[in-house]
Amino acid sequence: MALPGPNVRDGEPVVRLHQVAKRFAGGTEALAGFDLAVAPGELLALLGPSGCGKSTALRLMAGLAEPTAGSLERRLPAPHAVGFVFQEPTLMPWATVERNVALPLELLGLPRAEIRRRVEERLVGLGLGGFARAYPRELSGGMKMRVSIARALAARPRLLLLDEPFASLDEITRWKLNDELLDLWQREGLTIVFVTHSVYESAYLATRIAVLSARPGRILGEIAVAAPSPRGADYRSSEEYLRICRAVSTKLAEALGKS
Amino acid sequence: MKRTLTNALPPALVVLLTLAAWEAVVRLRHVPEYLLPGPLRIAAALRDDWPALYPSLLQTLAVTGEALLAAAVLGAGLAVLLMQAKWIERSLFPFAVILQVTPLVAIAPLLLIWVKDVRLALVLCAFLVAFFPVAANTALGLQSADHHLLDLMRLYGASRWQVLRFVRLPSALPYFLGGLRISGGLALIGAVVAEFVAGTGGAASGLAYRILEAGYTLAIPRMFAALVLLAGSGVLLYALLSGLSYLVLRRWHESAVRREGVLSSG
Ligand SMILES: Nc1ncnc2c1ncn2[C@@H]1O[C@H](COP(=O)(O)OP(=O)(O)O)[C@@H](O)[C@H]1O
Ligand SMILES: [Mg+2]
Repeated sequence: MALPGPNVRDGEPVVRLHQVAKRFAGGTEALAGFDLAVAPGELLALLGPSGCGKSTALRLMAGLAEPTAGSLERRLPAPHAVGFVFQEPTLMPWATVERNVALPLELLGLPRAEIRRRVEERLVGLGLGGFARAYPRELSGGMKMRVSIARALAARPRLLLLDEPFASLDEITRWKLNDELLDLWQREGLTIVFVTHSVYESAYLATRIAVLSARPGRILGEIAVAAPSPRGADYRSSEEYLRICRAVSTKLAEALGKS
Repeated sequence: MKRTLTNALPPALVVLLTLAAWEAVVRLRHVPEYLLPGPLRIAAALRDDWPALYPSLLQTLAVTGEALLAAAVLGAGLAVLLMQAKWIERSLFPFAVILQVTPLVAIAPLLLIWVKDVRLALVLCAFLVAFFPVAANTALGLQSADHHLLDLMRLYGASRWQVLRFVRLPSALPYFLGGLRISGGLALIGAVVAEFVAGTGGAASGLAYRILEAGYTLAIPRMFAALVLLAGSGVLLYALLSGLSYLVLRRWHESAVRREGVLSSG
């Protein structure tokens, strides 16, 4: 059923969650009976109503939290082969852009010269070339988010997790960054899991869309997106795009109806 | 430059007018000098008694400075220590609070008995009052680190030391500096209170001793001169610590940055 994107290689899932449940100390059950397998090279969108456990699922995949039931397998060459982009840019305000991007590499103990080279490469790749010495507060929201993505990519992850990364940005910046994300995904052979509550965003970006139910979250349905890459403005006005949006909206309505 | 001038003018005028009114009242109503000397008389006392006042000023400032330095180092150190484990925090924090709520005047006599070296005892007293704001503020700052940044540290398997160095200490810096600003004034007060209790003359005689001495001999203008030095020291200390805070935080912290347009958008 899963359709091959440009990067899809044969192979075992990068992350597989089987009948996963997550109950918090306060008693909130965020996830229950959650089944999901992330195929290598896909761009998976997790879509669901607010508070349904999307962030929780992402944190489980990152290894930042443990499931209370069920099993979670991760097939990654190293624990740090995961990049995480939070909803807020979450930069260190006291550090320059280049120091922020260098953080993962410094933590991994790479040699200075190597760190400088990789940071430089990332900054240029994300259009941050002139801002290496700037402090986060001197940047606009979109630029801060670029820094956050550059940081997540600095350690060359295999799996990139993004938690509603562009939700607080204006529409224009948002679509621009979406295109850049698609670009990165194609160039780098990344596997991406992307949380969003925007039907249009998910239909534009994803090779597969998983719709979550209201809390406790589980996968309500999956929609494969066959559209070719690269996608662009043309795709966004195509019949196929509208069809996907409609299908996703219907699923989402189902999720909301049950809450 | 012009901006600085217009900013500084009103407060300077207010101060001048206040002093003029003070001088006028003292002169016109013939207030005796042993009740309230006028500003000019105090200035004269400051000039005449400078040879005695100056060493005392240095003495008080030295005690204050040493106490503040110790409070900064040990306060921040304790905050880091408290953060290492809940049980450490639970067992040590009460001591810090007890020290904080016990009035210095009540413990100073004991300290002066226990510690033979008077000067060391003075520093210890001033340290005790200056210590708490630094420790409490730094502890709060260490806990206030952005949780997502802490998540990021976990993602890359950062060690406890790395978390401290890359995230917690920088997060705590504005809090530490805020605590230090409060502690500066407290250290000065602590030094003066301890000097009052000690009442020592000779080598360890600070400004408080000059005030006591002037009181005994009813040299009221001299007393005011010592008070002026004391207040001036307090203001200067506060300004210095504020300046330090500004210098360290000016590039990134909201408390210090000047509002200007952003560099870029989009
Ligand atoms: N650390 C936590 N402790 C307790 N409850 C939590 C915690 N994190 C999330 N929750 C709760 O779990 C539910 C799902 O949260 P989340 O995964 O953030 O939802 P989403 O990202 O889909 O909006 C929410 O009801 C939220 O309040
Ligand atoms: Mg969320």
